[in-house]
Amino acid sequence: MSALWDLLQSDIVRTVMLGAATLGGLSGMLGAFAVLRKQSLLGDTLSHAALPGVCIGFLVAGSRDLGAILLGAFASGALAALSVLAIGRLTRLKTDAALGVVLSVFFAVGVVLLTVAQGRGGAAQAGLSTFLFGQAAAILRSDLWIMGGAALAALVLVLALWKEFKLVSFDPDAAAAQGLPVTVIEATMTVMVAIAIVVGLQLVGVILMVALLIAPAAAARQWTGSLGAMVALSAGFGAVAGVTGALVSATARGLSTGPVVVLVASGIVLVSLLLAPRRGLVAQALRRRAMLRQQGDERLLLTVQALAQHHADRDFPAEQGMLDAWHRGPTGAALRRLQVQGLLDPARHPPETTPHWRLTKAGHAEADRLSERDP
Amino acid sequence: MMVALFENITAMIVLTGVLVALAAALPGTFLVLRGSAMLTDAISHAIVLGIVLVFLATGALSGPVQLAGAALAGLATVALSELLARTRLVAMDAAIGLVFPALFALGVLLINLFARDVHLDEHTVLLGEIGFVWLDTRPVAGAEVPLAVLSLAAVLTLNAGFVALFWKELKLAVFDPALAAALGFAPALVIGALLTLTSVTAVAAFDAVGAILFIAFVIVPPATAALLTRRLGRMLALAMAVGVGSALSGYALALRWDVSIGGMMAAMTGAFFLAALVFAPEQGMLAQALGRRSARADRDAAALVVHLAQNAKAGAADTLDALVSNLRWPEPRARAAVLRALDRGLVQRADAHLRLTDKGAATARQLAQR
Repeated sequence: MSALWDLLQSDIVRTVMLGAATLGGLSGMLGAFAVLRKQSLLGDTLSHAALPGVCIGFLVAGSRDLGAILLGAFASGALAALSVLAIGRLTRLKTDAALGVVLSVFFAVGVVLLTVAQGRGGAAQAGLSTFLFGQAAAILRSDLWIMGGAALAALVLVLALWKEFKLVSFDPDAAAAQGLPVTVIEATMTVMVAIAIVVGLQLVGVILMVALLIAPAAAARQWTGSLGAMVALSAGFGAVAGVTGALVSATARGLSTGPVVVLVASGIVLVSLLLAPRRGLVAQALRRRAMLRQQGDERLLLTVQALAQHHADRDFPAEQGMLDAWHRGPTGAALRRLQVQGLLDPARHPPETTPHWRLTKAGHAEADRLSERDP
Repeated sequence: MMVALFENITAMIVLTGVLVALAAALPGTFLVLRGSAMLTDAISHAIVLGIVLVFLATGALSGPVQLAGAALAGLATVALSELLARTRLVAMDAAIGLVFPALFALGVLLINLFARDVHLDEHTVLLGEIGFVWLDTRPVAGAEVPLAVLSLAAVLTLNAGFVALFWKELKLAVFDPALAAALGFAPALVIGALLTLTSVTAVAAFDAVGAILFIAFVIVPPATAALLTRRLGRMLALAMAVGVGSALSGYALALRWDVSIGGMMAAMTGAFFLAALVFAPEQGMLAQALGRRSARADRDAAALVVHLAQNAKAGAADTLDALVSNLRWPEPRARAAVLRALDRGLVQRADAHLRLTDKGAATARQLAQR
């Protein structure tokens, strides 16, 4: 604990954490729209496709100048998005193939340019390979301004176009019918995904960036059904993953930040999928169990009623063993649940000594209601 | 002579690239047609975890255990993604995007933590070192053959055998899975086997070209071939040809510019794709643009014939200038229409005037009746 405290005192660590939180939050916020529009794999393609841009930015600027590198990454990401669109329009190839072609070719060009950059040598080259897997420790104080600017611009854009984004994400046809320029809005949202990828590169790297885009949003979706809450929660999850990844990779020597961030984000997803209150798998299983139990109890009550009607005796005591045989399993627990609800009473049927049950008044009323509901 | 070939470094590097291209194009063709290209992306990232786990457990970086372990990791990715999508909590594309980065991240982290100082680092896994394949060799029939060449040749044989044996089943599973299931061909099993082979191929190739560049060899040559033909057999052959062409030209350019060999080979698949996109005989941009122009010339020629027939008595409508002003066509469009009508024998020239031929008059009557 004290080691952590010492760490937090360091100016560098605070810079890194601030950067990581900004990047994670921004990617989480914009990723929510990508996930809702089923563009997760476009995110993967755009993030791999940023590599040649990173290299060109570096080669043009001649040093690890973040502005130039991010601009290059953004340009090549945008070109990749256009290429996917063009291949989809011009050929009969499936979207999937278009994504795969653009991803692998852009990345290959990136690898080639990476060796060109390495050929130029220089200490700055070391900074370049951090864009493959991310290195939060490489975030400089001056970088924070660029990240903050990008985050602020994206935030303003999301707030200003909130209604349009919402409608286009959920119902593009309705949006078009209302006369919204759907293509322009979709293009804007794709551009924002590219921005999210570009700013996140330093933290997670081109290869794992897709996870920072998808994971927080997929986790947030499990907890809420409202877009506003989902975007906010997604940003929060992204920031948490970013900060945790930055801290862990700063404490252990030689750990890339990207993988740690991605594993933390994946953990958040796993917990959300399991434990989210309504959609979560545990909640689903519990609901299903309760429903099955409820149905069994109702059938049992109807059986007791049927026996009473058959014997023309409203107080007919049904033997528990017979109910067990009829329902193919022990009914004791269910009978006691019905007793607690005041629908059944235990009864005696001398000379037999086995337990018997009969309907109470409320039990008759409930059984009548059930047989009326589904005759 | 064989010995000399196998001990020639250049020949071995090129041969490795060619083998990767051939082995990858076989499953790639069917994956691209089925719309599962991005599963290759997931598989090739995820095998990194398999490779690291088997390495940590056995210390082996290649060999049958390594192939099996990594192939399992690839399959596990596909299975996990489908399982996750089946809960209906996330869509299939998001499921893919959630599972493979997690497995890949775990793999990279394990390399970072436990395998730093051995012959395994994240850059090799990612990018491969085709330039060094000749370092690790095994003696075969008196020659020292690179291990990568041996394993890739084995995988290529396996893939070719599978495709040849199950050609009909694969074709049906890809184009009409419902019919395949109805006929009892078990399309899910066939596709599962195909994905297994893709994983195995990825493991054999990762040493040479790395996990990500491998994707280029699986997806891009078949996508290029799909632009050139609509027949499955030809598509497969063209995909292999494009892959081999990329490997050869990529090697030459990499030497010339002194850049990454694997990267350049993969980048060349993109050059072939771009060329096909523009120049493909039927589906290319050029052919489509020419086709559109030709179709317009045909329509315009028909309009011209009708126009001439309707104004035959007036007599003033049969010069090029009259067409330009009456039909409001720009002059090049009018000229193209006249040329097309002349080509088809619908009109003939008399001095500066256009006259309908008999065929042209018949065509005009037909069009008017419709």
